[in-house]
Amino acid sequence: MKEPILSHTFDNGLVLVAEPMMSLESAAFTFLLPSGCVFDPQNLAGLSSFTCEMALRGSGSRDSRRFIQDLENLGVEHGESVSNSHTSFSGATLAKNLLPAFNIFADLVRRPHFPDDQLEASRLVVLQELRAIEDEPGQKVMLELRRRQYPDPWGRSSQGETASLEAISLADIKNYFVQHYRAKGTIIGVAGRFDWEKLKDHVGQLFADWPSGKVAEPKPGATFAKRDHLHHESNQTQIGIGFESLPYRHPDYFQAWGAVGVLSGGMSSRLFTEVREKRGLCYSVYATNHTLRDRGSVLCYAGTSEERAQETLDVTLAELVRLAEGIHAGELARLKARIKSSLIMQQESSSSRSGSIARDWYHLGQVRTLDEVGAIIDALSCESINAFLVENPPRDFTVVTLGPNPLEVPVGIS
Amino acid sequence: MEFRKHQLANGLQVIAEVNAEAHSTAVGFFVQTGARDEADDIAGVSHFLEHMMFKGTPSRSAEDVNREFDEMGAHYNAFTSEEHTVYYAAVLPEYQTTAVALLGDIIRPSLREEDFTTEKQVIIEEIRMYEDQPPFGADDKCKAAHFGPHPLGRSVLGTIQSVSDLKVEAMRAYFERRYSPGNITLVGAGRIDFDELIATANRICGTWQPMEAPRETPRAAPHRGFQFQQKDTATLEYVLQLANGPGATDDDRYAAKILATVLGDDSGSRLYWALVDSGLAEQASLSHHDYQGTGLFMTYMSCEPEHAQANLDRIAEVFAQAEAEGVTAAELAQAKSKINSRVVLGSERPRGRLFNVGGNWMQRREYRTVQQDLESIDAVTREALAEVLARYPLSINTALAVGPCSQLTAPA
Repeated sequence: MKEPILSHTFDNGLVLVAEPMMSLESAAFTFLLPSGCVFDPQNLAGLSSFTCEMALRGSGSRDSRRFIQDLENLGVEHGESVSNSHTSFSGATLAKNLLPAFNIFADLVRRPHFPDDQLEASRLVVLQELRAIEDEPGQKVMLELRRRQYPDPWGRSSQGETASLEAISLADIKNYFVQHYRAKGTIIGVAGRFDWEKLKDHVGQLFADWPSGKVAEPKPGATFAKRDHLHHESNQTQIGIGFESLPYRHPDYFQAWGAVGVLSGGMSSRLFTEVREKRGLCYSVYATNHTLRDRGSVLCYAGTSEERAQETLDVTLAELVRLAEGIHAGELARLKARIKSSLIMQQESSSSRSGSIARDWYHLGQVRTLDEVGAIIDALSCESINAFLVENPPRDFTVVTLGPNPLEVPVGIS
Repeated sequence: MEFRKHQLANGLQVIAEVNAEAHSTAVGFFVQTGARDEADDIAGVSHFLEHMMFKGTPSRSAEDVNREFDEMGAHYNAFTSEEHTVYYAAVLPEYQTTAVALLGDIIRPSLREEDFTTEKQVIIEEIRMYEDQPPFGADDKCKAAHFGPHPLGRSVLGTIQSVSDLKVEAMRAYFERRYSPGNITLVGAGRIDFDELIATANRICGTWQPMEAPRETPRAAPHRGFQFQQKDTATLEYVLQLANGPGATDDDRYAAKILATVLGDDSGSRLYWALVDSGLAEQASLSHHDYQGTGLFMTYMSCEPEHAQANLDRIAEVFAQAEAEGVTAAELAQAKSKINSRVVLGSERPRGRLFNVGGNWMQRREYRTVQQDLESIDAVTREALAEVLARYPLSINTALAVGPCSQLTAPA
């Protein structure tokens, strides 16, 4: 864990941040572009996803077929996704192919063709991605939970809506691209085996003349009902529960994080023990920290048969409320052991680190090394976490269910 | 990197790929038992038993088991397939012995009736969860249709009925029959102390009594069929097609993997360009799976119902064209680069190597280095792909469609 984090900010605002992992044969990269779905105009929800899909269909000297052929001949495992805050393009390959891969991605983010004759095929792709969620009830309930947990636009899902996807024009896409695929706010994370000076020079050649751009943070908009049931013909009822917590960059974030780690993580954690192991109520139950730049939440999930769903909701909520009574030394020790091994095992994969360091930069304007994270975790104590929980007990729950019948939120739970 | 192996007196094998440079250690017990070793009256018992292994032993309660794994900070789990049940943990090297001792203890479980009854509910919830997710267990139904009476036609999960009816005595009898030390391999990868691994195996597993645990591995007969099930609650239409392919000990399995990549990888393949890039399908892919004695090519497609018939016909055309004309040199080279890179990336973690080393040993009793795998991929020719297509035509398959469509027919 001794290798330093390297970073460089170009004059146009582009940030390159990199972590050498010289024991590996691979290198991985993540481009975070400031084009998340929070920037979609209200009537064009899904525009960032549609733009991302269209950007893949030819850029620079390559048409869409050549783009994929060239990447695959370099052995680049690649993927793209749109979150609340960013569009991300990521890849991993053998170390020697890193810089050639960057040539292709520079064309992708700077010189996409947006071919007119591929607009309708792209539209079918994004519409199907939206429709496929209807067949994934567990995923759907969590998207619907987020929509009610945050004010618009932060609660949105990136897939957009059918009507808006049908309305988006090529001009909308080109306009969005000009505003959001820009140097300022873009972060390139690299991890694995590379030569820093060569990497920095190469990125400079490809991106130093990329226009800077300016992105204005959206204003908070509408909020939605905190309790909701969505009817769905199914065997199981899906339960989503959310409550407010802290964003990653808050000084107390790791106190909140530690409390959730006791709730959900290993198989000895509270939700797994109480809901699944002792009562056999469900197969899947978890809680997770969800962080945006300025807001954070804890999001919980459980899915179970309709006739057991009420008990599952009651037991899960009771565990969330009981968390405020504090955690125990044994629980914290197990959490620390788990995190210690996770931190060390992260040294064995370039892909997980390239994304982490880019996101760290977005949240913090710097990167925490694994050593620094280790030190923060070491410093956590039952006293510090319990003091946090006294001040910030889980409450004001958002509860969304999806299934044949609604459930009752127990009396006394706010 | 060094390969080591050892056999205990009772037949249990211990193998490891030792990498002194690794940051972590992965260990697992690979048991040769799965759905193919079941009968109708115990359908789903292998998977249910896998869950029960975490429910305690004569010296540990279920809470002890979970707590002790978490105290090591282990990343641990288990899974059951048609052929194998695997219990594994990735830990820091200093926990090697503790992890092996714990894993070894839990696969000699108490199988208490009360735990059995509680866990039965969890299994039923797992099955119900899949039943709410289109294509609603279509893979099980399609495999049953494809394999017919062949043992690989059995479902790993079983059904709600078979799991509900299962008695703890039947599970105990199955355990006694299948978890013989001769059927079990302890596998290590990463920073392993091999002498210590043998010592731990002797201490924990040395007293296990061997017994006969045979398995039949007939080759599956080719099959052709087409069924569809109308399900109005699904949004998209889902299609599965199964065709025979090379098995685990067939040399042409590497050619089969490359063929599946050229025709049906989820990016840059013929099915991708025909159906996914054009937006006609949400997903369209072809994959190869090898088993003892036989193998499968699986086609998977999901799409808007109104495109389903045309997409089915298009898939048939893609396969027919490949059978008639083979693949190009450029396609072969592209697929090799892609697989080459995946093999290297997937091998960086001891966890990744554990499944590769263990899988090779279970299927073929052989050890292969990453380099040997890369060489086998590199040696595959266009002619080899053509031979696979001739021997295992993708056009002869068992298909199942599930979704809103009320009318679908097999491609001409």
